[in-house]
Amino acid sequence: MPRFRIPTPTVPAALQPKPKRPGSAQGPATPAEQAAEGGIHVVDWIDERTSLSGGLRWMMFRKVPKGTNWFYTLGSATMFAFLSQAVTGIFLAMYYDPSPTRAYESVRYIVNDAFLGEFVRGMHRWGSTVMVILVFLHMARTFFFGAYKYPRELNWVIGVALLILTMAMSFTGYLLPFDQRAYWATIVGVNINGTGPLVGPYLSDFLRAGPEFGATTLSRFYAIHMMLVPGLIAALIGAHLYLVAKLGTTAPPWLRAKTETKLDEDEV
Amino acid sequence: MNQLEKEQYLREYAQLKAQGKPFFPYAIAKDSAMAVITLAVIIIMSIVLGAELGPKADPTTTTYVPRPEWYFFFLFEVLRIIKPPEYVPMATIGVPTLCMILLFLLPFYDRGAERRPERRPIATTAGILTIFAMAYLTFLGANAGSPNEIDMAPPSDLKGAALTEWNEGRLVVAQSGCLACHQIGENGNHGPGPRLTDIARNLPAAAIAETLRNPTAPMPSFERLAQEEPEKFDAMVAFLGSLK
Repeated sequence: MPRFRIPTPTVPAALQPKPKRPGSAQGPATPAEQAAEGGIHVVDWIDERTSLSGGLRWMMFRKVPKGTNWFYTLGSATMFAFLSQAVTGIFLAMYYDPSPTRAYESVRYIVNDAFLGEFVRGMHRWGSTVMVILVFLHMARTFFFGAYKYPRELNWVIGVALLILTMAMSFTGYLLPFDQRAYWATIVGVNINGTGPLVGPYLSDFLRAGPEFGATTLSRFYAIHMMLVPGLIAALIGAHLYLVAKLGTTAPPWLRAKTETKLDEDEV
Repeated sequence: MNQLEKEQYLREYAQLKAQGKPFFPYAIAKDSAMAVITLAVIIIMSIVLGAELGPKADPTTTTYVPRPEWYFFFLFEVLRIIKPPEYVPMATIGVPTLCMILLFLLPFYDRGAERRPERRPIATTAGILTIFAMAYLTFLGANAGSPNEIDMAPPSDLKGAALTEWNEGRLVVAQSGCLACHQIGENGNHGPGPRLTDIARNLPAAAIAETLRNPTAPMPSFERLAQEEPEKFDAMVAFLGSLK
Protein backbone atom coordinates (compact mmCIF):
# COMPACT_ATOMS: atom_id res chain seq x y z
CA MET A 1 0.00 0.00 0.00
CA PRO A 2 1.62 3.31 -1.06
CA ARG A 3 2.15 5.89 1.62
CA PHE A 4 1.39 8.69 -0.81
CA ARG A 5 -2.20 9.76 -1.12
CA ILE A 6 -3.41 12.11 -3.85
CA PRO A 7 -4.70 15.04 -1.84
CA THR A 8 -8.26 16.04 -2.50
CA PRO A 9 -8.57 19.79 -2.46
CA THR A 10 -11.82 21.45 -1.61
CA VAL A 11 -13.25 21.39 -5.11
CA PRO A 12 -17.00 21.46 -5.78
CA ALA A 13 -18.69 18.20 -4.85
CA ALA A 14 -19.47 17.32 -8.46
CA LEU A 15 -15.75 17.17 -9.31
CA GLN A 16 -14.68 15.07 -6.37
CA PRO A 17 -13.96 11.42 -7.07
CA LYS A 18 -16.80 9.22 -5.99
CA PRO A 19 -16.08 6.34 -3.66
CA LYS A 20 -16.63 2.90 -5.10
CA ARG A 21 -19.93 1.36 -4.41
CA PRO A 22 -19.58 -1.83 -2.43
CA GLY A 23 -19.59 -4.85 -4.67
CA SER A 24 -19.49 -2.94 -7.94
CA ALA A 25 -15.96 -3.54 -9.22
CA GLN A 26 -14.51 -6.44 -7.36
CA GLY A 27 -12.75 -7.90 -10.42
CA PRO A 28 -9.32 -7.02 -11.83
CA ALA A 29 -8.47 -3.31 -11.88
CA THR A 30 -9.17 -1.42 -15.11
CA PRO A 31 -6.16 -0.16 -17.16
CA ALA A 32 -6.87 3.41 -15.97
CA GLU A 33 -6.71 2.31 -12.35
CA GLN A 34 -3.51 0.38 -13.01
CA ALA A 35 -1.95 3.45 -14.64
CA ALA A 36 -2.96 5.63 -11.69
CA GLU A 37 -1.49 3.05 -9.35
CA GLY A 38 1.75 3.06 -11.33
CA GLY A 39 1.95 6.84 -11.21
CA ILE A 40 1.38 6.84 -7.50
CA HIS A 41 4.18 4.31 -7.10
CA VAL A 42 6.61 6.57 -8.98
CA VAL A 43 5.62 9.62 -6.95
CA ASP A 44 5.85 7.53 -3.81
CA TRP A 45 9.34 6.34 -4.76
CA ILE A 46 10.52 9.93 -5.26
CA ASP A 47 8.79 11.16 -2.12
CA GLU A 48 10.32 8.39 -0.01
CA ARG A 49 13.77 9.67 -1.01
CA THR A 50 13.16 13.43 -1.05
CA SER A 51 10.21 14.13 1.26
CA LEU A 52 9.11 16.78 -1.20
CA SER A 53 5.41 16.23 -0.75
CA GLY A 54 5.35 17.97 2.62
CA GLY A 55 6.86 21.16 1.21
CA LEU A 56 4.61 21.02 -1.81
CA ARG A 57 1.54 20.59 0.33
CA TRP A 58 2.73 23.45 2.56
CA MET A 59 3.12 25.68 -0.48
CA MET A 60 -0.01 24.74 -2.41
CA PHE A 61 -2.60 24.15 0.30
CA ARG A 62 -1.74 27.06 2.57
CA LYS A 63 -4.73 29.28 3.09
CA VAL A 64 -5.09 32.66 1.48
CA PRO A 65 -7.21 35.19 3.40
CA LYS A 66 -10.54 35.85 1.84
CA GLY A 67 -11.01 39.21 0.20
CA THR A 68 -7.80 38.95 -1.82
CA ASN A 69 -8.68 40.41 -5.22
CA TRP A 70 -7.09 40.79 -8.64
CA PHE A 71 -4.52 43.24 -7.27
CA TYR A 72 -2.96 40.24 -5.57
CA THR A 73 -2.08 38.58 -8.89
CA LEU A 74 0.38 41.31 -9.92
CA GLY A 75 3.32 39.63 -8.19
CA SER A 76 2.83 36.28 -9.87
CA ALA A 77 2.22 38.06 -13.19
CA THR A 78 5.61 39.76 -12.77
CA MET A 79 7.23 36.40 -12.15
CA PHE A 80 5.50 35.03 -15.22
CA ALA A 81 6.80 37.94 -17.31
CA PHE A 82 10.29 37.09 -16.01
CA LEU A 83 9.83 33.45 -17.07
CA SER A 84 8.71 34.62 -20.51
CA GLN A 85 11.84 36.81 -20.72
CA ALA A 86 13.99 33.83 -19.70
CA VAL A 87 12.51 31.53 -22.35
CA THR A 88 12.61 34.04 -25.21
CA GLY A 89 16.09 35.09 -24.05
CA ILE A 90 17.35 31.51 -24.32
CA PHE A 91 16.12 31.30 -27.91
CA LEU A 92 17.71 34.65 -28.78
CA ALA A 93 21.00 33.50 -27.20
CA MET A 94 21.07 30.55 -29.63
CA TYR A 95 21.66 32.99 -32.50
CA TYR A 96 23.26 36.01 -30.85
CA ASP A 97 26.98 36.63 -31.13
CA PRO A 98 28.35 39.10 -28.57
CA SER A 99 31.31 40.43 -30.56
CA PRO A 100 31.29 44.04 -31.76
CA THR A 101 31.85 43.00 -35.36
CA ARG A 102 29.21 40.27 -35.46
CA ALA A 103 26.54 41.37 -32.97
CA TYR A 104 24.57 43.61 -35.31
CA GLU A 105 24.58 41.04 -38.13
CA SER A 106 23.47 38.25 -35.79
CA VAL A 107 20.53 40.36 -34.59
CA ARG A 108 19.68 41.16 -38.20
CA TYR A 109 19.78 37.44 -38.93
CA ILE A 110 17.35 36.83 -36.06
CA VAL A 111 14.99 39.52 -37.33
CA ASN A 112 15.13 38.74 -41.05
CA ASP A 113 15.97 35.05 -41.48
CA ALA A 114 15.49 32.97 -38.34
CA PHE A 115 12.17 31.16 -38.02
CA LEU A 116 9.82 33.39 -35.98
CA GLY A 117 12.93 35.40 -35.09
CA GLU A 118 11.33 38.82 -35.24
CA PHE A 119 8.38 37.58 -33.21
CA VAL A 120 10.58 36.17 -30.44
CA ARG A 121 12.76 39.27 -30.39
CA GLY A 122 9.61 41.41 -30.22
CA MET A 123 8.35 39.34 -27.30
CA HIS A 124 11.65 39.81 -25.49
CA ARG A 125 11.77 43.53 -26.26
CA TRP A 126 8.19 44.30 -25.24
CA GLY A 127 8.24 41.73 -22.46
CA SER A 128 10.76 43.96 -20.69
CA THR A 129 8.32 46.86 -20.84
CA VAL A 130 5.49 44.67 -19.52
CA MET A 131 7.71 43.36 -16.72
CA VAL A 132 8.78 46.85 -15.63
CA ILE A 133 5.15 48.04 -15.59
CA LEU A 134 4.08 44.98 -13.58
CA VAL A 135 6.93 45.50 -11.10
CA PHE A 136 5.78 49.06 -10.49
CA LEU A 137 2.11 48.08 -10.20
CA HIS A 138 2.96 45.27 -7.77
CA MET A 139 5.02 47.71 -5.75
CA ALA A 140 2.25 50.33 -5.75
CA ARG A 141 -0.20 47.73 -4.44
CA THR A 142 2.21 46.72 -1.69
CA PHE A 143 2.80 50.36 -0.79
CA PHE A 144 -0.80 51.57 -0.69
CA PHE A 145 -2.08 48.48 1.15
CA GLY A 146 0.67 48.83 3.75
CA ALA A 147 1.73 45.27 3.00
CA TYR A 148 5.42 46.07 3.69
CA LYS A 149 4.77 46.44 7.42
CA TYR A 150 5.45 43.93 10.20
CA PRO A 151 6.15 41.06 9.67
CA ARG A 152 6.93 41.50 5.97
CA GLU A 153 9.68 44.17 6.08
CA LEU A 154 12.35 41.85 4.73
CA ASN A 155 10.19 40.89 1.77
CA TRP A 156 9.88 44.58 0.85
CA VAL A 157 13.67 44.93 0.91
CA ILE A 158 14.04 41.90 -1.36
CA GLY A 159 11.39 43.38 -3.64
CA VAL A 160 13.28 46.68 -3.97
CA ALA A 161 16.43 44.71 -4.82
CA LEU A 162 14.42 42.90 -7.51
CA LEU A 163 13.23 46.25 -8.89
CA ILE A 164 16.81 47.51 -9.17
CA LEU A 165 17.95 44.25 -10.78
CA THR A 166 15.10 44.52 -13.29
CA MET A 167 16.29 48.02 -14.21
CA ALA A 168 19.83 46.64 -14.51
CA MET A 169 18.54 43.99 -16.91
CA SER A 170 16.95 46.67 -19.03
CA PHE A 171 20.09 48.79 -19.04
CA THR A 172 22.46 45.96 -20.00
CA GLY A 173 20.05 44.52 -22.56
CA TYR A 174 19.68 47.84 -24.36
CA LEU A 175 23.22 47.67 -25.78
CA LEU A 176 23.00 44.15 -27.19
CA PRO A 177 21.32 44.87 -30.58
CA PHE A 178 24.34 47.13 -31.19
CA ASP A 179 22.57 49.62 -33.39
CA GLN A 180 23.15 53.37 -33.20
CA ARG A 181 20.51 53.89 -30.54
CA ALA A 182 21.87 51.09 -28.38
CA TYR A 183 25.47 52.24 -28.70
CA TRP A 184 25.00 55.93 -27.94
CA ALA A 185 22.43 55.50 -25.20
CA THR A 186 24.79 53.07 -23.47
CA ILE A 187 27.78 55.43 -23.80
CA VAL A 188 25.79 58.19 -22.14
CA GLY A 189 24.35 55.78 -19.56
CA VAL A 190 27.78 54.49 -18.54
CA ASN A 191 29.09 58.08 -18.41
CA ILE A 192 26.20 58.98 -16.10
CA ASN A 193 27.23 56.09 -13.85
CA GLY A 194 30.76 57.47 -13.86
CA THR A 195 29.68 60.75 -12.24
CA GLY A 196 28.47 58.93 -9.16
CA PRO A 197 30.11 59.45 -5.78
CA LEU A 198 32.93 57.09 -4.66
CA VAL A 199 32.12 53.92 -6.61
CA GLY A 200 30.92 55.76 -9.76
CA PRO A 201 34.17 55.76 -11.75
CA TYR A 202 34.96 52.16 -10.73
CA LEU A 203 31.49 51.01 -11.73
CA SER A 204 31.88 52.67 -15.12
CA ASP A 205 35.28 51.08 -15.67
CA PHE A 206 33.85 47.72 -14.65
CA LEU A 207 30.92 48.05 -17.08
CA ARG A 208 33.13 49.19 -19.96
CA ALA A 209 35.87 46.66 -19.15
CA GLY A 210 38.36 49.55 -19.16
CA PRO A 211 38.52 53.32 -19.37
CA GLU A 212 37.14 53.31 -22.93
CA PHE A 213 34.26 51.60 -24.66
CA GLY A 214 36.15 48.71 -26.24
CA ALA A 215 35.96 45.31 -27.84
CA THR A 216 35.15 43.43 -24.62
CA THR A 217 32.47 45.86 -23.42
CA LEU A 218 29.76 44.13 -25.40
CA SER A 219 30.59 40.63 -24.16
CA ARG A 220 30.75 41.99 -20.62
CA PHE A 221 27.26 43.46 -20.92
CA TYR A 222 26.11 40.17 -22.44
CA ALA A 223 27.49 38.11 -19.55
CA ILE A 224 25.94 40.46 -16.99
CA HIS A 225 22.64 40.46 -18.88
CA MET A 226 22.26 36.72 -19.29
CA MET A 227 24.10 35.17 -16.36
CA LEU A 228 24.84 37.44 -13.44
CA VAL A 229 21.62 39.43 -13.11
CA PRO A 230 19.13 36.69 -14.11
CA GLY A 231 20.79 34.35 -11.60
CA LEU A 232 20.41 36.93 -8.87
CA ILE A 233 16.81 37.64 -9.87
CA ALA A 234 15.89 33.94 -9.86
CA ALA A 235 17.48 33.45 -6.43
CA LEU A 236 15.77 36.50 -4.98
CA ILE A 237 12.40 35.50 -6.46
CA GLY A 238 12.86 32.19 -4.64
CA ALA A 239 13.49 33.98 -1.34
CA HIS A 240 10.59 36.36 -2.01
CA LEU A 241 8.20 33.47 -2.67
CA TYR A 242 9.39 31.52 0.35
CA LEU A 243 8.67 34.50 2.59
CA VAL A 244 5.25 35.03 0.98
CA ALA A 245 4.34 31.41 1.67
CA LYS A 246 5.80 31.50 5.16
CA LEU A 247 4.23 34.78 6.28
CA GLY A 248 1.07 34.45 4.22
CA THR A 249 -0.51 36.65 1.60
CA THR A 250 -1.71 39.89 3.16
CA ALA A 251 -5.40 40.54 3.50
CA PRO A 252 -6.82 43.80 2.11
CA PRO A 253 -6.18 46.37 4.87
CA TRP A 254 -9.83 47.29 5.41
CA LEU A 255 -10.85 43.69 6.05
CA ARG A 256 -11.55 42.57 9.62
CA ALA A 257 -12.13 39.03 10.79
CA LYS A 258 -15.92 38.70 10.93
CA THR A 259 -16.59 36.95 14.18
CA GLU A 260 -14.33 36.23 17.05
CA THR A 261 -14.37 32.56 16.19
CA LYS A 262 -12.40 30.37 18.44
CA LEU A 263 -9.39 29.10 16.59
CA ASP A 264 -8.43 25.48 16.61
CA GLU A 265 -4.84 24.82 17.49
CA ASP A 266 -4.00 23.50 14.04
CA GLU A 267 -5.52 26.44 12.21
CA VAL A 268 -3.16 29.05 13.59
CA MET B 1 4.57 48.95 16.07
CA ASN B 2 4.94 47.90 19.67
CA GLN B 3 4.70 44.34 20.94
CA LEU B 4 0.96 44.64 21.62
CA GLU B 5 0.18 45.90 18.11
CA LYS B 6 2.33 43.15 16.64
CA GLU B 7 0.46 40.45 18.53
CA GLN B 8 -2.89 42.01 17.69
CA TYR B 9 -1.97 42.02 14.02
CA LEU B 10 -0.79 38.41 14.07
CA ARG B 11 -3.98 37.27 15.82
CA GLU B 12 -6.22 39.18 13.44
CA TYR B 13 -4.30 37.85 10.46
CA ALA B 14 -4.46 34.26 11.71
CA GLN B 15 -8.25 34.57 11.89
CA LEU B 16 -8.54 36.07 8.42
CA LYS B 17 -6.31 33.33 7.10
CA ALA B 18 -8.34 30.63 8.80
CA GLN B 19 -11.48 32.01 7.18
CA GLY B 20 -9.82 32.05 3.77
CA LYS B 21 -9.54 29.53 0.99
CA PRO B 22 -6.62 27.30 0.02
CA PHE B 23 -4.04 28.68 -2.41
CA PHE B 24 -4.63 25.73 -4.73
CA PRO B 25 -6.91 25.88 -6.68
CA TYR B 26 -8.46 29.28 -5.87
CA ALA B 27 -5.51 31.73 -5.92
CA ILE B 28 -3.76 29.59 -8.56
CA ALA B 29 -6.76 29.98 -10.87
CA LYS B 30 -6.62 33.79 -10.66
CA ASP B 31 -2.84 33.80 -11.05
CA SER B 32 -3.10 31.58 -14.13
CA ALA B 33 -5.73 33.83 -15.68
CA MET B 34 -3.44 36.81 -15.07
CA ALA B 35 -0.47 34.90 -16.56
CA VAL B 36 -2.50 34.23 -19.73
CA ILE B 37 -3.42 37.92 -19.96
CA THR B 38 0.24 38.92 -19.47
CA LEU B 39 1.41 36.55 -22.19
CA ALA B 40 -1.37 37.73 -24.53
CA VAL B 41 -0.36 41.37 -24.02
CA ILE B 42 3.30 40.55 -24.73
CA ILE B 43 2.40 38.60 -27.88
CA ILE B 44 0.07 41.31 -29.17
CA MET B 45 2.68 44.01 -28.52
CA SER B 46 5.29 41.92 -30.33
CA ILE B 47 3.03 41.44 -33.38
CA VAL B 48 1.71 45.00 -33.52
CA LEU B 49 4.80 46.97 -32.53
CA GLY B 50 7.47 44.62 -33.89
CA ALA B 51 11.16 44.81 -33.08
CA GLU B 52 12.81 47.40 -35.27
CA LEU B 53 16.57 47.36 -35.62
CA GLY B 54 18.17 50.74 -36.25
CA PRO B 55 21.28 51.37 -38.33
CA LYS B 56 24.44 49.63 -37.20
CA ALA B 57 26.41 51.22 -34.35
CA ASP B 58 29.07 53.53 -35.74
CA PRO B 59 31.41 55.20 -33.24
CA THR B 60 32.54 57.82 -35.79
CA THR B 61 29.14 59.28 -36.64
CA THR B 62 26.56 59.80 -33.99
CA THR B 63 23.58 60.11 -36.28
CA TYR B 64 21.40 58.88 -33.49
CA VAL B 65 20.20 60.75 -30.47
CA PRO B 66 21.22 59.03 -27.27
CA ARG B 67 17.83 58.17 -25.90
CA PRO B 68 17.21 55.62 -23.18
CA GLU B 69 14.37 53.12 -22.95
CA TRP B 70 11.16 54.98 -22.09
CA TYR B 71 11.07 53.85 -18.46
CA PHE B 72 14.39 55.59 -17.86
CA PHE B 73 13.00 58.90 -19.18
CA PHE B 74 12.17 60.14 -15.70
CA LEU B 75 15.79 59.66 -14.61
CA PHE B 76 17.01 61.43 -17.74
CA GLU B 77 14.64 64.33 -17.11
CA VAL B 78 16.02 64.82 -13.59
CA LEU B 79 19.30 65.56 -15.38
CA ARG B 80 17.62 68.20 -17.52
CA ILE B 81 15.98 69.92 -14.58
CA ILE B 82 19.07 70.12 -12.39
CA LYS B 83 21.41 72.03 -14.67
CA PRO B 84 24.36 73.79 -13.00
CA PRO B 85 27.38 71.57 -13.68
CA GLU B 86 28.39 71.41 -10.02
CA TYR B 87 25.01 69.83 -9.24
CA VAL B 88 25.06 67.32 -12.11
CA PRO B 89 26.61 64.49 -10.07
CA MET B 90 23.86 65.11 -7.53
CA ALA B 91 21.20 64.78 -10.23
CA THR B 92 22.72 61.74 -11.91
CA ILE B 93 23.52 59.66 -8.90
CA GLY B 94 22.66 61.66 -5.78
CA VAL B 95 18.91 61.90 -6.26
CA PRO B 96 18.42 58.33 -7.58
CA THR B 97 20.63 56.92 -4.81
CA LEU B 98 18.71 58.84 -2.20
CA CYS B 99 15.38 57.61 -3.61
CA MET B 100 16.72 54.06 -3.64
CA ILE B 101 17.82 54.26 -0.01
CA LEU B 102 14.46 55.77 0.99
CA LEU B 103 12.73 52.94 -0.85
CA PHE B 104 14.87 50.23 0.75
CA LEU B 105 14.37 51.60 4.24
CA LEU B 106 10.64 52.31 3.90
CA PRO B 107 9.48 49.62 6.36
CA PHE B 108 12.05 50.84 8.90
CA TYR B 109 10.95 54.48 9.10
CA ASP B 110 7.23 53.89 8.45
CA ARG B 111 6.53 51.72 11.48
CA GLY B 112 2.94 52.65 12.23
CA ALA B 113 0.42 49.88 12.77
CA GLU B 114 -2.20 51.38 10.46
CA ARG B 115 -2.47 49.78 7.03
CA ARG B 116 -5.53 51.38 5.45
CA PRO B 117 -4.43 53.87 2.78
CA GLU B 118 -7.07 56.46 3.76
CA ARG B 119 -5.79 56.46 7.35
CA ARG B 120 -2.16 56.95 6.37
CA PRO B 121 -2.47 60.40 4.79
CA ILE B 122 1.26 61.14 4.65
CA ALA B 123 2.27 57.85 3.07
CA THR B 124 -0.63 57.84 0.62
CA THR B 125 -0.04 61.46 -0.44
CA ALA B 126 3.69 60.82 -0.84
CA GLY B 127 2.95 57.75 -2.94
CA ILE B 128 0.49 59.54 -5.21
CA LEU B 129 2.84 62.53 -5.60
CA THR B 130 5.70 60.18 -6.53
CA ILE B 131 3.55 58.51 -9.17
CA PHE B 132 2.51 61.88 -10.62
CA ALA B 133 6.09 63.18 -10.60
CA MET B 134 7.36 60.09 -12.41
CA ALA B 135 4.50 60.22 -14.93
CA TYR B 136 5.10 63.93 -15.58
CA LEU B 137 8.87 63.46 -16.01
CA THR B 138 8.27 60.51 -18.35
CA PHE B 139 5.85 62.67 -20.36
CA LEU B 140 8.45 65.47 -20.58
CA GLY B 141 11.10 62.99 -21.67
CA ALA B 142 8.82 61.54 -24.35
CA ASN B 143 8.10 65.01 -25.74
CA ALA B 144 11.68 66.29 -25.85
CA GLY B 145 12.21 68.14 -29.13
CA SER B 146 13.56 66.46 -32.24
CA PRO B 147 17.27 67.03 -31.95
CA ASN B 148 18.54 66.26 -35.46
CA GLU B 149 18.06 69.62 -37.20
CA ILE B 150 19.56 73.03 -36.69
CA ASP B 151 17.65 75.82 -38.32
CA MET B 152 19.71 79.04 -38.35
CA ALA B 153 21.29 81.47 -40.79
CA PRO B 154 25.08 81.63 -41.19
CA PRO B 155 26.91 84.75 -39.96
CA SER B 156 26.84 87.39 -42.74
CA ASP B 157 30.63 87.82 -42.92
CA LEU B 158 31.28 84.17 -43.92
CA LYS B 159 32.20 83.60 -47.59
CA GLY B 160 33.35 80.73 -49.82
CA ALA B 161 35.16 77.83 -48.17
CA ALA B 162 34.47 79.15 -44.66
CA LEU B 163 30.74 79.16 -45.38
CA THR B 164 30.87 75.61 -46.75
CA GLU B 165 32.73 74.47 -43.64
CA TRP B 166 30.21 76.26 -41.41
CA ASN B 167 27.32 74.45 -43.13
CA GLU B 168 29.16 71.14 -42.96
CA GLY B 169 29.76 71.71 -39.23
CA ARG B 170 26.12 72.60 -38.67
CA LEU B 171 25.15 69.28 -40.26
CA VAL B 172 27.64 67.26 -38.17
CA VAL B 173 26.52 68.93 -34.95
CA ALA B 174 22.88 68.26 -35.84
CA GLN B 175 23.56 64.63 -36.71
CA SER B 176 25.65 64.10 -33.60
CA GLY B 177 22.62 64.57 -31.43
CA CYS B 178 24.19 67.45 -29.48
CA LEU B 179 20.74 69.02 -29.33
CA ALA B 180 19.45 66.17 -27.19
CA CYS B 181 21.15 67.93 -24.28
CA HIS B 182 22.20 71.37 -25.53
CA GLN B 183 20.41 74.43 -26.86
CA ILE B 184 21.66 76.34 -29.88
CA GLY B 185 19.54 79.39 -30.57
CA GLU B 186 15.97 78.21 -30.95
CA ASN B 187 17.01 74.60 -31.50
CA GLY B 188 17.50 71.78 -29.09
CA ASN B 189 16.70 71.01 -25.50
CA HIS B 190 17.07 72.91 -22.31
CA GLY B 191 19.73 70.83 -20.65
CA PRO B 192 21.20 68.74 -19.11
CA GLY B 193 24.12 70.33 -20.99
CA PRO B 194 24.85 74.08 -20.98
CA ARG B 195 23.45 76.40 -23.65
CA LEU B 196 25.69 76.64 -26.71
CA THR B 197 23.99 79.67 -28.30
CA ASP B 198 26.97 81.93 -27.55
CA ILE B 199 29.54 79.37 -26.46
CA ALA B 200 32.33 80.97 -28.51
CA ARG B 201 32.07 84.15 -26.46
CA ASN B 202 33.47 82.27 -23.45
CA LEU B 203 35.53 79.58 -25.13
CA PRO B 204 38.05 79.97 -27.95
CA ALA B 205 37.86 77.36 -30.74
CA ALA B 206 40.85 75.46 -29.36
CA ALA B 207 39.10 75.07 -26.00
CA ILE B 208 35.93 73.89 -27.74
CA ALA B 209 37.95 71.25 -29.59
CA GLU B 210 39.52 70.19 -26.31
CA THR B 211 36.11 69.90 -24.66
CA LEU B 212 34.81 67.79 -27.54
CA ARG B 213 37.77 65.46 -27.07
CA ASN B 214 37.67 65.31 -23.27
CA PRO B 215 34.16 66.22 -22.18
CA THR B 216 32.78 66.12 -18.69
CA ALA B 217 30.49 63.16 -18.19
CA PRO B 218 27.80 62.31 -19.23
CA MET B 219 28.66 63.85 -22.61
CA PRO B 220 30.25 61.35 -25.03
CA SER B 221 33.74 62.02 -26.33
CA PHE B 222 34.34 62.94 -29.98
CA GLU B 223 37.98 61.80 -29.83
CA ARG B 224 37.34 59.03 -32.31
CA LEU B 225 35.69 61.36 -34.81
CA ALA B 226 38.70 63.66 -34.54
CA GLN B 227 41.04 60.78 -35.33
CA GLU B 228 39.10 59.07 -38.07
CA GLU B 229 37.42 61.95 -39.84
CA PRO B 230 39.36 65.09 -38.87
CA GLU B 231 37.68 67.28 -41.52
CA LYS B 232 34.27 66.60 -39.96
CA PHE B 233 35.63 67.33 -36.51
CA ASP B 234 37.23 70.58 -37.71
CA ALA B 235 33.95 71.63 -39.32
CA MET B 236 32.19 70.96 -36.04
CA VAL B 237 34.70 73.11 -34.16
CA ALA B 238 34.39 75.85 -36.80
CA PHE B 239 30.62 75.87 -36.49
CA LEU B 240 30.63 75.92 -32.69
CA GLY B 241 33.41 78.52 -32.73
CA SER B 242 31.16 80.84 -34.74
CA LEU B 243 28.41 80.90 -32.11
CA LYS B 244 28.82 84.32 -30.53
